[in-house]
Amino acid sequence: MRIDLTDTTSSKINSALMDARRASGSTAAGMVLTMVIVVDEGSAYDALKSANDASREHPSRILAVIKRAGRSPRARAGARLDAEILVGSAAGSGETVVLRLHGELTSHAQSVVLPLLLPDAPVVVWWPENAPLNPAQDPLGALAQRRITDAVTAESPVGQLAVRADSYTPGDTDLAWTRITGWRSMLAAALDQKPVRITGAVVEGESYNPSVELLGLWLHDRLHVPVQRIVTDGPGITAVRLRTKDGDIVLDRPDGLMGTLSIAGAPDRIVALKRRDTAELIAEELRRLDEDAIYAAAVRTSVEKLTDEEAAVESKAATAPVAEAVAQAAGEVAEEDTEAATKPAAKKTAAKKKAGA
Amino acid sequence: MSNAQEFPDLEGAEVTQGDNVARPVNPLRDPADRRLPRIAGPSGLVIFGVTGDLSRKKLMPAIYDLANRGLLPPGFSLVGFARREWEDEDFAREVHDAVKDHARTPFREEVWQQLAKGMRFIQGDFDDDDAFDNLRQTIEDLDKAQGTGGNFAFYLSVPPRFFPNVVQQLKKHGLADPPAGSWRRAVIEKPFGHNLETAQELNRIVHEVFPRDEVFRIDHYLGKETVQNILALRFANSMFEPIWNRSYVDHVQITMAEDIGIGGRAGYYDGIGSARDVIQNHLLQLMALTAIEEPASFHPKALVAEKLKVLSAVQLPKDLGKHTVRGQYASGWQGGEEVVGYLDEDGINPESKTDTYAAIKLEINNRRWAGVPFYLRTGKRLGRRVTEIAVVFQRAPYLPFDSYATEELGQNALVIRVQPDEGVTVRFGSKVPGTSMEVRDVTMDFAYGESFTESSPEAYERLILDVLLGDANLFPRHQEVELSWQILDPIEKYWEEHGKPAQYPAGTWGPVEADEMLARDGRSWRRP
Repeated sequence: MRIDLTDTTSSKINSALMDARRASGSTAAGMVLTMVIVVDEGSAYDALKSANDASREHPSRILAVIKRAGRSPRARAGARLDAEILVGSAAGSGETVVLRLHGELTSHAQSVVLPLLLPDAPVVVWWPENAPLNPAQDPLGALAQRRITDAVTAESPVGQLAVRADSYTPGDTDLAWTRITGWRSMLAAALDQKPVRITGAVVEGESYNPSVELLGLWLHDRLHVPVQRIVTDGPGITAVRLRTKDGDIVLDRPDGLMGTLSIAGAPDRIVALKRRDTAELIAEELRRLDEDAIYAAAVRTSVEKLTDEEAAVESKAATAPVAEAVAQAAGEVAEEDTEAATKPAAKKTAAKKKAGA
Repeated sequence: MSNAQEFPDLEGAEVTQGDNVARPVNPLRDPADRRLPRIAGPSGLVIFGVTGDLSRKKLMPAIYDLANRGLLPPGFSLVGFARREWEDEDFAREVHDAVKDHARTPFREEVWQQLAKGMRFIQGDFDDDDAFDNLRQTIEDLDKAQGTGGNFAFYLSVPPRFFPNVVQQLKKHGLADPPAGSWRRAVIEKPFGHNLETAQELNRIVHEVFPRDEVFRIDHYLGKETVQNILALRFANSMFEPIWNRSYVDHVQITMAEDIGIGGRAGYYDGIGSARDVIQNHLLQLMALTAIEEPASFHPKALVAEKLKVLSAVQLPKDLGKHTVRGQYASGWQGGEEVVGYLDEDGINPESKTDTYAAIKLEINNRRWAGVPFYLRTGKRLGRRVTEIAVVFQRAPYLPFDSYATEELGQNALVIRVQPDEGVTVRFGSKVPGTSMEVRDVTMDFAYGESFTESSPEAYERLILDVLLGDANLFPRHQEVELSWQILDPIEKYWEEHGKPAQYPAGTWGPVEADEMLARDGRSWRRP
């Protein structure tokens, strides 16, 4: 069932929702959370689709907030709210309201969203892209228990990690972190099997993918060993090596689908390690709504801790340029030149390193 | 509800309070890291009777679902043992088909490939020494090829009469003795005997070969989310526990109804009957969980201690003739289909006195429950398939309305719907809209299907994972099994000596004698 309301208000939307529910005979009691998605017109479709798929596991009221400031001064001066309500099979297992905010209303989105939140249920805000610098201070973010950002969609994905760390507030989370859960659990399982002292670690993966850095930072944070970052062609993360005195523990996934776990002294084993789609990531995010201290610790570890050199070499000079550049990029998110310039450089050093090894 | 993280040394033998076996801490794990799932350590599962129905419909799909959710260790191995002349590939194809037909999660090729690498099949009889040698060789090979580390669970999905044979063979071929630093576990399915004596005998046979803590008895009801939720409902909330006692509860009804007949299980069912098949294990477990005191922790020992207290406080009615009923379904129409009566089923002796319906009244002699009857009933060919626990509360001591106003008001009830349509219903009175004061029963409802859709794992997934993790919380211990038989044996004995089962038409809610049994106490059965 689909209802279009133009030039409307939150209370009209609320009563339309109630009517729609009555008509379809269902109740709101089963819905477990309200999910607010802040998107632009271009990415609304994909984001809504993922959220709807995720809502099969977590029935929710999905509010998509689309801001249309308007191009002309005249359009910007006006204010109008249009809503598109989807209830029933069209809206996954909950209900969806697409809110289009025009003109001046774009800077008062929380006034529209607040009356539409489900009573007594948690609120999650997701910015598929263009997340605010400080999600918890954002007027919409302030309504939520859980704020989901996605560093990979930022202009400077790796620099974005520092931004997330600076503004980290309990309840913040990033899909770049969610993407590495499979890797983390497999690595933890590997260490369950072979409890040895790790002396160093290497993470390999494509550039512009903050998940690779986050995985390295997590390893650094947990193991307190030097972690080396090597740029490969991807897809995503391609390998993690944990150095031990008996040889490496290697989790290698060249194709983004099947991984191989090799532990010195044990047979190689294949493990399914598929890259997951956004709906699965969102579903994982919604499973727990409490603070993720492990993420906080990982993201707050400075990217400078990662080297692009073999750990044993310990050459400070070689690591400085990358770290510096990354720090710089973090400071000036908009400035992508720095990032673009350093990345190929990093790649080159990595390639050189490989050729040498 | 399991607390494995706080007791990382659950694997293996006795765990006592304050036990701190030094284990290297995995720096990548942290109790605060709730995203990382509990993955079983390196291990494999050997299924005896792998060609059976249970194995195809439940075990294999559950293993795949576990793998798909990333909960099985890399290199997990599955060994099938059966008489059929299969190669490894035939076995793999069989598992493949079973998974495609019955798995809960979508089929993914890469997960399948990971699993298929560790699949082996052993052909042989249970007294075939060569086959067991072959099995040992296979397990050793898997340790080398798949890194299973010598950790294997043996799932006995075979009729109990083969248990002695299989466990003795495992012992003889050194399969039950774990290499240093690893474990060997036995998983057995109901029936755990058919009376106290046979249950003790069975326990003796299994315990001779496997230590007590390495024997896992599957009662798949305990793996169900709704059953685990009984403990969450009672002990995680503050609004239910204050009224969960004789001051407010009038009585409790625990029902497990099936709409099917005995199907092809005549050989197994005749002579066993519904009370032994269902009440002894499932219903008494449900009753124990409904009635237990708060355990000190969710450590398996703490939980089992509370369950044993409740089960040993159970009091049978003095007059078993008045407070127990058994029945047999007669031919009738069920859901639009004409079905034959029990005595006309293939393979059933027309003189059979086996019960297909049983209802009993029990009391629990402790301060919390004294005087509150627990009515347990189960049956085949009843109205519909449903399992529920209904806690029925006393009427309000005084109603300030005139008697017409509350004519339609029943007793308040809290119903835990175990299956299907898992959830909890609360029933209470509410004013009917209108100018006059009239109160009628309404329900408040929590449904798993609405609040957490699709995330509920199958019972067998949870239980297999717990076996591999060595977490014994959801498995009845041998003392529980023996206590349950002590409760049921006198009833079975009485039934054997007195009369015969009452007949009830298929598709109804049981014999009239069962209704009379409750009417004697001034109560009536809920229609579930």
